[in-house]
Amino acid sequence: MDGLDALVLARIQFAANMTFHILFPTISISLAWVLLFFKLRFVKTGQQHWMDAYQFWVKIFALTFALGVVSGITMSFQFGTNWPGFMEKVGNIAGPLLAYEVLTAFFLEATMLGVMLFGRARVSEKMHTIATLLVAGGTTLSAFWILALNSWMHTPAGFEMIAGKAHVTSWLEVIFNPSFPYRFTHMMLASGLTVAFLVAGVSSYRWLRQERGAEVMAGLKTGIYLAAFLIPLQILAGDFHGLNTMEHQPAKLAAMEGIWQTQKGVPAVLFALPDEKAKENRYEIGIPKLASLYLTHHLDGEVRGLNEFEGKHPPVAPVFWAFRIMVGMGMLMLAVSWSSVLQLAPWKKDPARNLRNWQARALVAMTFAGWVALVAGWYTTEIGRQPWLVSGVLTAADAASQVVAPKIAFTLSLYLALYAALIVAYVSVVFYLARHKTPADSGMEDTPNPVTYPEQQTSQPGAAHA
Amino acid sequence: MLDMAPNLTQAAGWMPIVFLGVMGLAMLAYVILDGYDLGVGMLMRSASEDDKDSMIASIGPFWDANETWLVLGVGILLTVFPMAHGVILGALYLPVAMMLIGLTLRGVAFDFRVKAHAARKPLWNRAFYAGSLMASWSQGYMLGSLITGFATTGWVIAFNAVIGLALLSAYCLLGAGWLIIKSGGALQLQAVRWARASLWLTMAGIAAISLATPWVSRAIFDKWFSFPNIVLLLPIPVATAVLFWVIHRSLQRLPTRLAQGNEYGIWVPFGGTIGVFLLAFYGLAYSLFPWLVIDRINIWQAAISPESMGVILAGAVVVLPMIIGYTVFSYRVFWGKSGALKY
Ligand code: HDD
Ligand code: HEM
Ligand code: HEM
Repeated sequence: MDGLDALVLARIQFAANMTFHILFPTISISLAWVLLFFKLRFVKTGQQHWMDAYQFWVKIFALTFALGVVSGITMSFQFGTNWPGFMEKVGNIAGPLLAYEVLTAFFLEATMLGVMLFGRARVSEKMHTIATLLVAGGTTLSAFWILALNSWMHTPAGFEMIAGKAHVTSWLEVIFNPSFPYRFTHMMLASGLTVAFLVAGVSSYRWLRQERGAEVMAGLKTGIYLAAFLIPLQILAGDFHGLNTMEHQPAKLAAMEGIWQTQKGVPAVLFALPDEKAKENRYEIGIPKLASLYLTHHLDGEVRGLNEFEGKHPPVAPVFWAFRIMVGMGMLMLAVSWSSVLQLAPWKKDPARNLRNWQARALVAMTFAGWVALVAGWYTTEIGRQPWLVSGVLTAADAASQVVAPKIAFTLSLYLALYAALIVAYVSVVFYLARHKTPADSGMEDTPNPVTYPEQQTSQPGAAHA
Repeated sequence: MLDMAPNLTQAAGWMPIVFLGVMGLAMLAYVILDGYDLGVGMLMRSASEDDKDSMIASIGPFWDANETWLVLGVGILLTVFPMAHGVILGALYLPVAMMLIGLTLRGVAFDFRVKAHAARKPLWNRAFYAGSLMASWSQGYMLGSLITGFATTGWVIAFNAVIGLALLSAYCLLGAGWLIIKSGGALQLQAVRWARASLWLTMAGIAAISLATPWVSRAIFDKWFSFPNIVLLLPIPVATAVLFWVIHRSLQRLPTRLAQGNEYGIWVPFGGTIGVFLLAFYGLAYSLFPWLVIDRINIWQAAISPESMGVILAGAVVVLPMIIGYTVFSYRVFWGKSGALKY
């Protein structure tokens, strides 16, 4: 009894820490590339508004990065405190992957971050650009390693079990395990989308406050175009990812789709209340044969149902719903980004072409839409792996630590309180910075060129193309 | 102690020793580098509003990379010695949580204090201070637990708590030494006073650890107090005492010199403190080797397979020199005084 409680609490604690952590790296990864883009535009065109955009977003980047680092440090202790059995059994695989993340990525990004944020007055412009590039590359590299490990936990490959411990037979197969290419691509696109909507949302917010100078327009367009470009790719990548899941983790896929019986011509379930006791969906609304079409590319293709995995499938309702939230957010992103792009499209002759107010408001509302899809996606993936921690190798219960429930409950409540406060602080500071551009008084990042804001104009046709 | 080791000509024999060395050095680097950050954070409480900004400016470009040494140290424990990682972190569950919360508060307050609404600045300053304090004290507590083999009797807990205070003052000493180098004017003089105040508690703490370690474990006692070891080891305490005296003398002379605009010797308190840390580390390493958990788990029992260690080692050999290279680069970029405005 006690043991079970501790296990549930340990899971909640791990999930809470991980959820909090992932919010920030997701932004750091792509925001670093966006900053590099602003920087390169500035170097190429010499137009001050690109540097202004850089100066504005680098503040948010610094804040995001700090949150990513501190929550990441918590993560590296979590394996030991919560899942000692994990490293004992698969340490031979997880160890080197995690070690390579620290060695190749963390030091690089952390050291170069100092130069990127504070060094612009002290090093050459070129060196500063290189530092920015290294920070961006470093964050992407850490995602590569950690996702290799995470994917291996879902679709383990390239190892053999000797005396109860995993031993590597091929590192290439471990790293490029069957789900890794899909997960990495999908996650990188997710990061790009999260940042695209963040940049578009904050810029729209400033735009609605009548701040419509070249810098704001540059951010606005970068965000919207990026979002519109990435979302179709993401939907495609997601589809491929689903096919991969069907092949390697069929029980997870059945839970995602809410399919109880193996059958042909499966409907795509839009809404339902999955009932684990009755093993059926209540109030199901679905589009006939559609799921078979996108899963098997055949109207009458057969899809395996949960009945084949009696007692060995994940909890259905959370996976089913998390998946729908993610896909739903994806569809919303598609609608919002493309309607805005069509409005701004360069081929329109209308010189006053500009966002409509309702579009700007929609973008503001979607500022953190990336986070919602991201977390929902991870919950689909991770809860869908249950009861396994490493598919077919190790269950979560076997890896749990001996720490007693009250201790976990105590620290969990501290973490939750801290995280709630920090998320509120983060979101409000982002919007606070958007209201107060405070170039000089911010005092943190160096500002060798005083930031100048062009006269506010109501519309600036073509500002971003100049 | 090497009689416990498997054949040292085999990878399974020597690799754990190499990794223990790297882990130890990473932890040492962390303690020294983030030690001065945490020290500056704690001293901030008694600084004026303007000085607070200069103090933060002096650690701004470095703290993130400094903290990464902790990730490397714990990373090696996690990845190379997984069997001990779970036992150690399980036993240290609460102090680890306290440290993590402290480091989180410290790390974010750093950024929030200048980005949030000005009215919130005092709040974030307090978070910065409190976070530094929590992290420092809990690290000292963990050091105490490591020495006492994770026992949980009342006396041991009291001992650990005192070590917490000692490490806290040692960090303040480092932080003050750092400020003496990186600042000027009134703040610099203030830093000298801070350093003097921290010196005594630091000395007491190191004495306490040195006296306590031999009593915890029979094996450690024998290592130190058998002949000829005791003669060979004598230089360690003697050198420590000499360094303390050098720091003490320098702190007495500095105010007069600085008042004359003479910066000669501003490196002595910081450098001397690093020396003390190195000696203390060496003594501790000598006591504990080859145990990860005293008298229970040694490095060979805890290590992963030689093949996996080899993979990590290959990466470390290639990458560590690069890490050291760009760390040096970054310190050179930010060399010299760090006035708040020169940022
Ligand atoms: C897809 C991205 C991603 C995912 C899933 C994770 N991380 Fe992460 N992590 C990053 C991407 C990232 C990053 C973007 O690279 C960060 C953000 C800021 C930074 O320094 O690197 C980072 C920071 C970061 C740090 C701080 C590094 C530093 O001091 O610079 C640690 C210790 C971890 N992470 C550890 C973990 C662990 C143990 C994870 C899983 C259980 C994990 N991360 C998941
Ligand atoms: C890429 C790195 C990741 C790794 C290595 C990883 C690893 C793990 C581990 C060890 C567990 C605990 C065992 C279990 O309960 O099954 C777990 C569970 C979980 N993780 Fe992750 N995870 C990763 C990413 C994420 C992210 C980004 C999120 C959320 C945004 C997340 C959400 C969860 C949730 C919700 C659970 C609990 C599942 C349950 O117990 O039902 N994970 N993961
Ligand atoms: C509408 C289109 C989308 C589809 C069809 C889709 C599909 C999928 C599938 C099938 C999975 C489960 C993978 C597994 O089994 O492990 C998944 C996971 C995930 N999704 Fe999506 N997705 C879509 C949109 C999005 C969006 C818009 C985001 C974020 C901006 C996102 C972020 C994620 C993340 C972070 C994961 C977990 C990590 C991973 O396994 O890649 N997805 N997605």
